[in-house]
Amino acid sequence: MLDGLNAWQLISSGDAALFAIVKLSLAVSLSAVVLAACIGLPLGAILALTSFPGRSAVVVLVNAFMGLPPVVVGLAVFLLLSRSGPLGDLGILFTPTAMIVAQALLIVPIIAALTRQTIEDLWIEYRDELSAMDVGPFGRVTTLLWDARLSLLTALLAGFGRAAAEVGAVMIVGGNIDGFTRTMTTAIALETSKGNLPLALGLGIVLVAIVLAINAAAWGARVWSERQAG
Amino acid sequence: MRAPITDLPVMFDSVTVRAGATTIIDRLTLTLASGSPTFVVGPNGAGKSTLLRLCMGLARPTEGQMTWGGRTDPKPTRRALVFQRPVMLRRTASANVAYGLTHADYPREKVAARTVELLERVGLSELAMRPARRLSGGEQQRLALARALARDPELLLLDEPTASLDPAATRSVEEIVRAAAQSGIKIVMASHDLGQVRRLAGEVVFMLRGAVLERTLADDFLKNPSTPEAAAFVRGDLVV
Ligand SMILES: Nc1ncnc2c1ncn2[C@@H]1O[C@H](COP(=O)(O)OP(=O)(O)OP(=O)(O)O)[C@@H](O)[C@H]1O
Ligand SMILES: [Mg+2]
Repeated sequence: MLDGLNAWQLISSGDAALFAIVKLSLAVSLSAVVLAACIGLPLGAILALTSFPGRSAVVVLVNAFMGLPPVVVGLAVFLLLSRSGPLGDLGILFTPTAMIVAQALLIVPIIAALTRQTIEDLWIEYRDELSAMDVGPFGRVTTLLWDARLSLLTALLAGFGRAAAEVGAVMIVGGNIDGFTRTMTTAIALETSKGNLPLALGLGIVLVAIVLAINAAAWGARVWSERQAG
Repeated sequence: MRAPITDLPVMFDSVTVRAGATTIIDRLTLTLASGSPTFVVGPNGAGKSTLLRLCMGLARPTEGQMTWGGRTDPKPTRRALVFQRPVMLRRTASANVAYGLTHADYPREKVAARTVELLERVGLSELAMRPARRLSGGEQQRLALARALARDPELLLLDEPTASLDPAATRSVEEIVRAAAQSGIKIVMASHDLGQVRRLAGEVVFMLRGAVLERTLADDFLKNPSTPEAAAFVRGDLVV
Protein backbone atom coordinates (compact mmCIF):
# COMPACT_ATOMS: atom_id res chain seq x y z
CA MET A 1 0.00 0.00 0.00
CA LEU A 2 2.80 2.35 0.95
CA ASP A 3 4.67 1.32 -2.18
CA GLY A 4 1.69 2.36 -4.23
CA LEU A 5 1.59 5.74 -2.56
CA ASN A 6 5.30 6.30 -3.12
CA ALA A 7 4.93 5.24 -6.74
CA TRP A 8 2.21 7.82 -7.24
CA GLN A 9 4.41 10.50 -5.64
CA LEU A 10 7.22 9.69 -8.07
CA ILE A 11 4.88 10.12 -11.02
CA SER A 12 3.07 13.22 -9.83
CA SER A 13 6.23 14.99 -8.74
CA GLY A 14 7.67 14.45 -12.21
CA ASP A 15 10.66 12.44 -10.96
CA ALA A 16 13.49 13.17 -13.42
CA ALA A 17 15.00 9.68 -13.44
CA LEU A 18 11.60 8.11 -13.99
CA PHE A 19 10.72 10.38 -16.88
CA ALA A 20 14.10 9.98 -18.56
CA ILE A 21 13.44 6.26 -18.64
CA VAL A 22 9.93 6.79 -20.00
CA LYS A 23 11.25 9.08 -22.72
CA LEU A 24 13.91 6.65 -23.86
CA SER A 25 11.44 3.75 -23.92
CA LEU A 26 9.02 5.70 -26.05
CA ALA A 27 11.73 6.90 -28.42
CA VAL A 28 13.05 3.37 -28.90
CA SER A 29 9.68 1.66 -29.38
CA LEU A 30 8.24 4.33 -31.66
CA SER A 31 11.38 4.35 -33.81
CA ALA A 32 11.19 0.57 -33.97
CA VAL A 33 7.58 0.77 -35.17
CA VAL A 34 8.49 3.29 -37.87
CA LEU A 35 11.42 1.16 -39.04
CA ALA A 36 9.38 -2.03 -38.94
CA ALA A 37 6.53 -0.35 -40.84
CA CYS A 38 8.93 0.66 -43.62
CA ILE A 39 9.79 -3.02 -44.05
CA GLY A 40 6.61 -4.78 -42.95
CA LEU A 41 4.00 -2.81 -44.92
CA PRO A 42 5.61 -3.24 -48.37
CA LEU A 43 6.63 -6.81 -47.56
CA GLY A 44 3.07 -7.71 -46.56
CA ALA A 45 1.63 -5.98 -49.63
CA ILE A 46 4.05 -7.75 -51.97
CA LEU A 47 3.26 -11.11 -50.36
CA ALA A 48 -0.44 -10.39 -50.84
CA LEU A 49 -0.20 -9.37 -54.49
CA THR A 50 2.43 -11.60 -56.02
CA SER A 51 2.82 -15.28 -56.56
CA PHE A 52 6.20 -16.93 -56.81
CA PRO A 53 7.47 -20.39 -56.05
CA GLY A 54 7.85 -20.79 -52.29
CA ARG A 55 5.35 -18.05 -51.48
CA SER A 56 3.33 -20.29 -49.17
CA ALA A 57 6.49 -21.17 -47.27
CA VAL A 58 7.30 -17.48 -46.81
CA VAL A 59 3.73 -16.79 -45.61
CA VAL A 60 3.89 -19.62 -43.07
CA LEU A 61 7.31 -18.44 -41.92
CA VAL A 62 6.16 -14.83 -41.46
CA ASN A 63 3.09 -16.00 -39.54
CA ALA A 64 5.22 -18.24 -37.33
CA PHE A 65 7.69 -15.41 -36.63
CA MET A 66 4.88 -13.34 -35.13
CA GLY A 67 5.44 -15.32 -31.95
CA LEU A 68 9.24 -15.09 -31.84
CA PRO A 69 10.52 -14.98 -28.24
CA PRO A 70 12.12 -11.55 -27.67
CA VAL A 71 15.18 -13.06 -25.98
CA VAL A 72 15.90 -15.10 -29.11
CA VAL A 73 15.68 -12.01 -31.31
CA GLY A 74 17.87 -10.20 -28.78
CA LEU A 75 20.41 -13.00 -28.89
CA ALA A 76 20.47 -13.02 -32.71
CA VAL A 77 21.00 -9.25 -32.87
CA PHE A 78 23.60 -9.51 -30.11
CA LEU A 79 25.57 -12.06 -32.13
CA LEU A 80 25.33 -9.87 -35.23
CA LEU A 81 26.48 -6.72 -33.45
CA SER A 82 29.01 -8.07 -30.97
CA ARG A 83 32.65 -7.14 -31.51
CA SER A 84 33.40 -10.42 -33.36
CA GLY A 85 30.07 -10.52 -35.19
CA PRO A 86 29.54 -9.66 -38.89
CA LEU A 87 28.27 -6.15 -38.04
CA GLY A 88 30.55 -5.65 -35.05
CA ASP A 89 32.44 -2.81 -36.76
CA LEU A 90 29.35 -0.61 -36.48
CA GLY A 91 30.00 -0.46 -32.74
CA ILE A 92 26.34 -0.01 -31.87
CA LEU A 93 25.91 -2.83 -29.39
CA PHE A 94 24.63 -1.53 -26.02
CA THR A 95 23.24 1.63 -27.60
CA PRO A 96 19.62 2.69 -28.21
CA THR A 97 20.20 2.09 -31.94
CA ALA A 98 20.77 -1.60 -31.30
CA MET A 99 17.59 -1.69 -29.22
CA ILE A 100 15.61 -0.12 -32.06
CA VAL A 101 16.97 -2.69 -34.52
CA ALA A 102 16.11 -5.58 -32.20
CA GLN A 103 12.57 -4.38 -31.51
CA ALA A 104 12.00 -3.64 -35.19
CA LEU A 105 13.05 -7.18 -36.11
CA LEU A 106 10.73 -8.50 -33.43
CA ILE A 107 7.67 -6.75 -34.85
CA VAL A 108 8.32 -6.83 -38.62
CA PRO A 109 6.60 -10.25 -38.81
CA ILE A 110 3.53 -8.96 -36.95
CA ILE A 111 3.14 -5.98 -39.25
CA ALA A 112 3.92 -7.98 -42.40
CA ALA A 113 1.53 -10.80 -41.54
CA LEU A 114 -1.38 -8.54 -40.63
CA THR A 115 -0.72 -6.39 -43.71
CA ARG A 116 -0.68 -9.42 -46.00
CA GLN A 117 -3.99 -10.68 -44.67
CA THR A 118 -5.64 -7.27 -44.90
CA ILE A 119 -4.36 -6.44 -48.37
CA GLU A 120 -5.17 -9.89 -49.70
CA ASP A 121 -8.80 -9.61 -48.58
CA LEU A 122 -9.14 -6.11 -49.98
CA TRP A 123 -7.53 -7.14 -53.28
CA ILE A 124 -10.16 -9.86 -53.78
CA GLU A 125 -12.79 -7.16 -53.41
CA TYR A 126 -11.05 -4.51 -55.56
CA ARG A 127 -9.42 -6.66 -58.21
CA ASP A 128 -12.00 -6.38 -61.03
CA GLU A 129 -12.77 -2.75 -60.37
CA LEU A 130 -9.10 -1.70 -60.40
CA SER A 131 -8.36 -3.78 -63.50
CA ALA A 132 -11.31 -2.16 -65.26
CA MET A 133 -9.87 1.24 -64.38
CA ASP A 134 -6.51 0.14 -65.82
CA VAL A 135 -4.64 0.70 -62.55
CA GLY A 136 -1.00 -0.43 -62.79
CA PRO A 137 0.97 -2.44 -60.19
CA PHE A 138 2.28 0.61 -58.32
CA GLY A 139 -1.17 2.22 -58.23
CA ARG A 140 -2.67 -1.02 -56.93
CA VAL A 141 -0.27 -1.20 -53.99
CA THR A 142 -0.77 2.43 -53.01
CA THR A 143 -4.56 2.23 -53.43
CA LEU A 144 -4.80 -0.90 -51.32
CA LEU A 145 -2.49 0.43 -48.60
CA TRP A 146 -4.45 3.67 -48.44
CA ASP A 147 -7.89 2.08 -48.44
CA ALA A 148 -6.79 -0.42 -45.79
CA ARG A 149 -5.30 2.33 -43.65
CA LEU A 150 -7.61 1.75 -40.69
CA SER A 151 -6.77 -1.94 -40.40
CA LEU A 152 -3.09 -1.22 -41.00
CA LEU A 153 -3.11 1.30 -38.16
CA THR A 154 -4.30 -1.52 -35.93
CA ALA A 155 -1.41 -3.66 -37.17
CA LEU A 156 1.07 -0.91 -36.29
CA LEU A 157 -0.47 -0.60 -32.85
CA ALA A 158 -0.15 -4.31 -32.25
CA GLY A 159 3.51 -3.92 -33.17
CA PHE A 160 3.96 -0.99 -30.81
CA GLY A 161 2.29 -2.86 -27.98
CA ARG A 162 4.62 -5.79 -28.39
CA ALA A 163 7.72 -3.60 -28.69
CA ALA A 164 6.87 -1.50 -25.65
CA ALA A 165 6.10 -4.52 -23.51
CA GLU A 166 9.08 -6.76 -24.26
CA VAL A 167 12.05 -7.04 -21.93
CA GLY A 168 14.31 -9.74 -23.34
CA ALA A 169 15.54 -8.12 -26.55
CA VAL A 170 16.34 -4.67 -25.16
CA MET A 171 17.92 -6.20 -22.08
CA ILE A 172 20.36 -8.28 -24.16
CA VAL A 173 21.32 -5.74 -26.83
CA GLY A 174 20.93 -2.61 -24.69
CA GLY A 175 22.53 -3.87 -21.53
CA ASN A 176 20.21 -1.90 -19.22
CA ILE A 177 22.80 0.86 -18.70
CA ASP A 178 21.55 3.47 -16.27
CA GLY A 179 20.68 6.74 -17.99
CA PHE A 180 21.57 5.41 -21.45
CA THR A 181 19.81 2.20 -22.41
CA ARG A 182 17.50 1.62 -19.46
CA THR A 183 13.88 1.30 -20.56
CA MET A 184 10.69 0.97 -18.57
CA THR A 185 10.57 -2.80 -18.85
CA THR A 186 14.23 -3.43 -18.03
CA ALA A 187 14.05 -0.95 -15.17
CA ILE A 188 10.95 -2.64 -13.76
CA ALA A 189 12.72 -5.99 -13.85
CA LEU A 190 15.83 -4.56 -12.17
CA GLU A 191 14.10 -2.41 -9.53
CA THR A 192 11.79 -5.26 -8.58
CA SER A 193 14.75 -7.58 -8.02
CA LYS A 194 16.45 -4.86 -5.95
CA GLY A 195 13.32 -4.41 -3.87
CA ASN A 196 12.70 -0.81 -5.02
CA LEU A 197 9.03 -1.44 -5.49
CA PRO A 198 7.82 2.19 -5.67
CA LEU A 199 9.91 2.94 -8.75
CA ALA A 200 9.03 -0.40 -10.36
CA LEU A 201 5.36 0.16 -9.72
CA GLY A 202 5.50 3.77 -10.88
CA LEU A 203 7.07 2.68 -14.17
CA GLY A 204 4.52 -0.09 -14.53
CA ILE A 205 1.67 2.38 -14.13
CA VAL A 206 3.18 4.77 -16.68
CA LEU A 207 3.74 1.92 -19.15
CA VAL A 208 0.14 0.78 -18.95
CA ALA A 209 -1.08 4.38 -19.19
CA ILE A 210 0.94 5.00 -22.34
CA VAL A 211 -0.34 1.86 -24.03
CA LEU A 212 -3.89 2.86 -23.10
CA ALA A 213 -3.44 6.42 -24.33
CA ILE A 214 -2.02 5.35 -27.67
CA ASN A 215 -4.82 2.86 -28.21
CA ALA A 216 -7.41 5.47 -27.28
CA ALA A 217 -5.88 7.92 -29.75
CA ALA A 218 -5.89 5.28 -32.46
CA TRP A 219 -9.50 4.46 -31.69
CA GLY A 220 -10.38 8.12 -32.00
CA ALA A 221 -8.54 8.34 -35.33
CA ARG A 222 -10.41 5.28 -36.52
CA VAL A 223 -13.83 6.63 -35.61
CA TRP A 224 -12.97 9.96 -37.17
CA SER A 225 -11.73 8.57 -40.47
CA GLU A 226 -14.56 6.05 -40.68
CA ARG A 227 -16.87 9.02 -40.56
CA GLN A 228 -14.78 10.64 -43.30
CA ALA A 229 -14.46 7.75 -45.70
CA GLY A 230 -16.53 4.76 -44.64
CA MET B 1 -2.56 13.74 -74.56
CA ARG B 2 -4.03 10.37 -75.31
CA ALA B 3 -3.16 8.82 -78.65
CA PRO B 4 -6.18 8.60 -80.98
CA ILE B 5 -6.61 4.90 -80.32
CA THR B 6 -10.05 3.40 -80.67
CA ASP B 7 -11.42 0.31 -78.95
CA LEU B 8 -14.21 -0.15 -81.49
CA PRO B 9 -15.28 -2.38 -83.04
CA VAL B 10 -14.98 -5.19 -80.50
CA MET B 11 -14.86 -8.46 -82.43
CA PHE B 12 -15.43 -11.95 -81.08
CA ASP B 13 -14.20 -14.66 -83.40
CA SER B 14 -15.50 -18.05 -82.35
CA VAL B 15 -14.77 -17.37 -78.68
CA THR B 16 -15.18 -20.14 -76.15
CA VAL B 17 -14.74 -19.73 -72.39
CA ARG B 18 -14.53 -22.76 -70.15
CA ALA B 19 -14.15 -23.05 -66.41
CA GLY B 20 -13.09 -26.60 -65.77
CA ALA B 21 -15.61 -28.86 -67.46
CA THR B 22 -18.35 -26.21 -67.85
CA THR B 23 -18.59 -24.17 -71.01
CA ILE B 24 -19.63 -20.64 -70.11
CA ILE B 25 -19.36 -19.11 -73.58
CA ASP B 26 -19.79 -21.41 -76.56
CA ARG B 27 -18.14 -20.50 -79.93
CA LEU B 28 -19.46 -16.97 -79.90
CA THR B 29 -18.92 -14.75 -82.94
CA LEU B 30 -20.07 -11.18 -82.61
CA THR B 31 -19.10 -7.67 -83.66
CA LEU B 32 -19.94 -4.64 -81.56
CA ALA B 33 -19.48 -1.39 -83.45
CA SER B 34 -20.55 2.16 -82.73
CA GLY B 35 -24.25 2.92 -83.06
CA SER B 36 -27.41 2.66 -81.02
CA PRO B 37 -27.42 0.84 -77.64
CA THR B 38 -27.02 -2.93 -77.76
CA PHE B 39 -28.90 -4.85 -75.11
CA VAL B 40 -27.65 -8.27 -74.07
CA VAL B 41 -30.65 -10.17 -72.76
CA GLY B 42 -31.20 -13.70 -71.58
CA PRO B 43 -32.09 -15.65 -68.46
CA ASN B 44 -29.84 -16.00 -65.39
CA GLY B 45 -26.65 -17.84 -66.17
CA ALA B 46 -26.90 -17.25 -69.93
CA GLY B 47 -23.42 -15.71 -69.95
CA LYS B 48 -24.26 -11.99 -70.12
CA SER B 49 -21.82 -10.91 -67.43
CA THR B 50 -19.11 -13.11 -68.92
CA LEU B 51 -19.69 -11.51 -72.33
CA LEU B 52 -19.22 -8.05 -70.80
CA ARG B 53 -16.11 -9.17 -68.93
CA LEU B 54 -14.70 -10.48 -72.21
CA CYS B 55 -15.45 -7.12 -73.85
CA MET B 56 -13.59 -5.40 -71.05
CA GLY B 57 -10.63 -7.77 -71.26
CA LEU B 58 -11.16 -9.03 -67.71
CA ALA B 59 -11.93 -12.55 -68.90
CA ARG B 60 -9.84 -14.18 -71.61
CA PRO B 61 -11.08 -16.64 -74.23
CA THR B 62 -10.13 -20.26 -73.69
CA GLU B 63 -10.36 -20.63 -77.47
CA GLY B 64 -10.92 -18.16 -80.27
CA GLN B 65 -9.79 -14.60 -80.88
CA MET B 66 -10.85 -11.14 -79.80
CA THR B 67 -9.81 -7.76 -81.15
CA TRP B 68 -10.48 -4.19 -80.06
CA GLY B 69 -10.28 -1.67 -82.88
CA GLY B 70 -8.23 -4.30 -84.69
CA ARG B 71 -5.76 -4.73 -81.83
CA THR B 72 -5.34 -7.96 -79.86
CA ASP B 73 -4.07 -6.10 -76.77
CA PRO B 74 -6.96 -5.93 -74.27
CA LYS B 75 -5.71 -2.80 -72.45
CA PRO B 76 -8.93 -0.89 -71.61
CA THR B 77 -8.07 2.43 -73.23
CA ARG B 78 -11.43 3.84 -74.20
CA ARG B 79 -13.90 1.57 -72.48
CA ALA B 80 -15.44 1.28 -69.04
CA LEU B 81 -17.56 -1.29 -67.22
CA VAL B 82 -20.12 -0.80 -64.51
CA PHE B 83 -20.29 -4.11 -62.67
CA GLN B 84 -23.43 -5.91 -61.62
CA ARG B 85 -22.33 -5.17 -58.05
CA PRO B 86 -20.03 -2.13 -58.20
CA VAL B 87 -17.33 -1.85 -55.55
CA MET B 88 -16.87 1.58 -54.04
CA LEU B 89 -13.43 2.62 -52.86
CA ARG B 90 -13.26 3.48 -49.15
CA ARG B 91 -13.29 7.18 -49.90
CA THR B 92 -15.80 9.92 -50.47
CA ALA B 93 -18.11 9.88 -53.51
CA SER B 94 -16.11 12.72 -54.98
CA ALA B 95 -12.78 10.94 -54.40
CA ASN B 96 -14.12 7.85 -56.20
CA VAL B 97 -14.79 9.90 -59.33
CA ALA B 98 -11.47 11.74 -59.06
CA TYR B 99 -9.75 8.35 -58.80
CA GLY B 100 -11.31 7.24 -62.09
CA LEU B 101 -10.20 10.46 -63.76
CA THR B 102 -6.64 10.23 -62.46
CA HIS B 103 -6.26 6.67 -63.67
CA ALA B 104 -7.57 7.65 -67.10
CA ASP B 105 -4.69 10.17 -67.33
CA TYR B 106 -7.02 13.13 -67.09
CA PRO B 107 -4.98 16.37 -66.76
CA ARG B 108 -4.29 16.71 -63.05
CA GLU B 109 -5.21 20.38 -62.75
CA LYS B 110 -8.65 19.76 -64.27
CA VAL B 111 -9.62 16.74 -62.17
CA ALA B 112 -11.44 18.72 -59.46
CA ALA B 113 -13.61 20.66 -61.90
CA ARG B 114 -14.42 17.57 -63.98
CA THR B 115 -15.35 15.65 -60.80
CA VAL B 116 -17.91 18.30 -59.96
CA GLU B 117 -19.33 18.11 -63.50
CA LEU B 118 -19.62 14.33 -63.45
CA LEU B 119 -21.28 14.24 -60.03
CA GLU B 120 -23.77 16.78 -61.25
CA ARG B 121 -24.41 14.76 -64.38
CA VAL B 122 -25.50 11.78 -62.24
CA GLY B 123 -27.33 13.96 -59.72
CA LEU B 124 -25.04 13.35 -56.75
CA SER B 125 -23.69 16.85 -56.18
CA GLU B 126 -25.20 17.08 -52.73
CA LEU B 127 -23.59 13.80 -51.67
CA ALA B 128 -20.10 14.56 -52.97
CA MET B 129 -18.42 14.44 -49.57
CA ARG B 130 -20.26 11.36 -48.27
CA PRO B 131 -18.28 8.17 -47.84
CA ALA B 132 -19.14 6.25 -51.01
CA ARG B 133 -19.92 3.04 -49.15
CA ARG B 134 -22.59 4.81 -47.10
CA LEU B 135 -24.61 5.67 -50.21
CA SER B 136 -27.77 3.74 -51.02
CA GLY B 137 -27.77 1.08 -53.73
CA GLY B 138 -29.21 3.44 -56.31
CA GLU B 139 -26.78 6.20 -55.40
CA GLN B 140 -23.85 3.78 -55.61
CA GLN B 141 -25.04 2.65 -59.04
CA ARG B 142 -25.08 6.27 -60.23
CA LEU B 143 -21.69 6.93 -58.66
CA ALA B 144 -20.32 3.88 -60.48
CA LEU B 145 -21.72 5.39 -63.69
CA ALA B 146 -19.98 8.69 -62.99
CA ARG B 147 -16.73 6.86 -62.31
CA ALA B 148 -17.09 4.92 -65.56
CA LEU B 149 -17.86 8.10 -67.51
CA ALA B 150 -14.72 9.59 -65.98
CA ARG B 151 -12.76 7.28 -68.28
CA ASP B 152 -14.18 9.21 -71.25
CA PRO B 153 -15.22 5.89 -72.81
CA GLU B 154 -16.33 5.34 -76.35
CA LEU B 155 -17.66 1.97 -75.24
CA LEU B 156 -19.63 1.83 -71.98
CA LEU B 157 -20.47 -1.65 -70.68
CA LEU B 158 -23.28 -1.85 -68.15
CA ASP B 159 -24.13 -5.03 -66.26
CA GLU B 160 -27.75 -4.86 -65.11
CA PRO B 161 -27.32 -1.40 -63.60
CA THR B 162 -30.94 -1.20 -62.49
CA ALA B 163 -31.50 -4.76 -61.28
CA SER B 164 -32.05 -3.87 -57.63
CA LEU B 165 -33.35 -0.33 -57.95
CA ASP B 166 -36.80 1.12 -57.39
CA PRO B 167 -38.67 2.73 -60.33
CA ALA B 168 -37.49 6.27 -59.56
CA ALA B 169 -33.84 5.25 -59.28
CA THR B 170 -34.22 3.11 -62.40
CA ARG B 171 -35.56 6.09 -64.30
CA SER B 172 -32.66 8.31 -63.24
CA VAL B 173 -30.10 5.68 -64.28
CA GLU B 174 -31.89 5.25 -67.61
CA GLU B 175 -31.75 9.00 -68.17
CA ILE B 176 -27.99 9.02 -67.63
CA VAL B 177 -27.57 6.09 -70.01
CA ARG B 178 -29.77 7.74 -72.64
CA ALA B 179 -27.76 10.97 -72.39
CA ALA B 180 -24.49 9.04 -72.68
CA ALA B 181 -25.79 7.24 -75.79
CA GLN B 182 -26.85 10.53 -77.33
CA SER B 183 -23.40 11.97 -76.74
CA GLY B 184 -22.03 9.25 -79.00
CA ILE B 185 -20.92 6.64 -76.46
CA LYS B 186 -21.62 3.08 -77.56
CA ILE B 187 -23.71 1.39 -74.87
CA VAL B 188 -23.67 -2.38 -74.35
CA MET B 189 -25.98 -3.27 -71.51
CA ALA B 190 -27.02 -6.54 -69.94
CA SER B 191 -30.60 -6.65 -68.75
CA HIS B 192 -33.56 -8.91 -68.40
CA ASP B 193 -36.04 -6.10 -68.10
CA LEU B 194 -38.05 -6.06 -71.33
CA GLY B 195 -39.57 -2.68 -70.47
CA GLN B 196 -36.07 -1.29 -70.40
CA VAL B 197 -35.31 -2.91 -73.75
CA ARG B 198 -38.36 -1.12 -75.17
CA ARG B 199 -37.28 2.21 -73.66
CA LEU B 200 -33.57 2.23 -74.44
CA ALA B 201 -32.39 -0.49 -76.80
CA GLY B 202 -31.52 -0.07 -80.45
CA GLU B 203 -30.76 -3.72 -80.97
CA VAL B 204 -30.90 -6.90 -78.91
CA VAL B 205 -28.43 -9.73 -78.55
CA PHE B 206 -30.33 -12.68 -77.09
CA MET B 207 -28.15 -15.16 -75.21
CA LEU B 208 -28.87 -18.61 -73.93
CA ARG B 209 -26.43 -21.10 -72.46
CA GLY B 210 -23.37 -19.17 -73.56
CA ALA B 211 -24.40 -18.70 -77.18
CA VAL B 212 -26.02 -15.89 -79.14
CA LEU B 213 -29.33 -17.19 -80.46
CA GLU B 214 -30.58 -14.05 -82.04
CA ARG B 215 -29.45 -10.53 -82.88
CA THR B 216 -32.15 -8.15 -84.12
CA LEU B 217 -33.53 -4.66 -83.82
CA ALA B 218 -35.20 -4.16 -80.46
CA ASP B 219 -38.66 -3.71 -81.99
CA ASP B 220 -38.44 -6.93 -83.96
CA PHE B 221 -37.17 -8.81 -80.93
CA LEU B 222 -40.14 -7.68 -78.85
CA LYS B 223 -42.80 -8.12 -81.56
CA ASN B 224 -41.76 -11.18 -83.50
CA PRO B 225 -38.72 -12.98 -82.16
CA SER B 226 -37.44 -15.52 -84.66
CA THR B 227 -36.40 -18.35 -82.34
CA PRO B 228 -38.86 -20.25 -80.10
CA GLU B 229 -36.53 -19.66 -77.12
CA ALA B 230 -36.60 -15.90 -77.61
CA ALA B 231 -40.36 -16.00 -78.13
CA ALA B 232 -40.76 -17.85 -74.84
CA PHE B 233 -38.44 -15.35 -73.11
CA VAL B 234 -40.46 -12.40 -74.43
CA ARG B 235 -43.73 -14.05 -73.34
CA GLY B 236 -42.23 -14.38 -69.88
CA ASP B 237 -42.12 -18.17 -69.91
CA LEU B 238 -39.25 -19.96 -68.22
CA VAL B 239 -36.42 -20.57 -70.65
CA VAL B 240 -33.85 -23.23 -69.87
N1 LIG C 1 -15.40 -18.74 -62.70
C1 LIG C 1 -16.44 -19.54 -63.00
N2 LIG C 1 -16.37 -20.86 -62.77
C2 LIG C 1 -17.41 -21.67 -63.08
N3 LIG C 1 -18.56 -21.25 -63.59
C3 LIG C 1 -18.69 -19.94 -63.83
C4 LIG C 1 -17.66 -19.02 -63.55
N4 LIG C 1 -18.09 -17.78 -63.88
C5 LIG C 1 -19.33 -17.94 -64.36
N5 LIG C 1 -19.71 -19.24 -64.33
C6 LIG C 1 -20.97 -19.78 -64.79
O1 LIG C 1 -21.18 -19.36 -66.12
C7 LIG C 1 -22.55 -19.10 -66.34
C8 LIG C 1 -22.74 -17.71 -66.91
O2 LIG C 1 -22.46 -16.77 -65.90
P1 LIG C 1 -22.76 -15.21 -66.08
O3 LIG C 1 -22.45 -14.56 -64.80
O4 LIG C 1 -22.06 -14.74 -67.30
O5 LIG C 1 -24.34 -15.23 -66.34
P2 LIG C 1 -25.35 -14.02 -66.47
O6 LIG C 1 -26.04 -14.18 -67.78
O7 LIG C 1 -24.67 -12.75 -66.22
O8 LIG C 1 -26.38 -14.34 -65.31
P3 LIG C 1 -27.21 -13.34 -64.36
O9 LIG C 1 -28.41 -12.90 -65.14
O10 LIG C 1 -27.62 -14.19 -63.21
O11 LIG C 1 -26.31 -12.21 -63.97
C9 LIG C 1 -23.26 -19.33 -65.02
O12 LIG C 1 -23.87 -20.59 -65.05
C10 LIG C 1 -22.15 -19.29 -64.00
O13 LIG C 1 -22.43 -20.13 -62.92
MG1 LIG D 1 -24.75 -11.34 -64.72
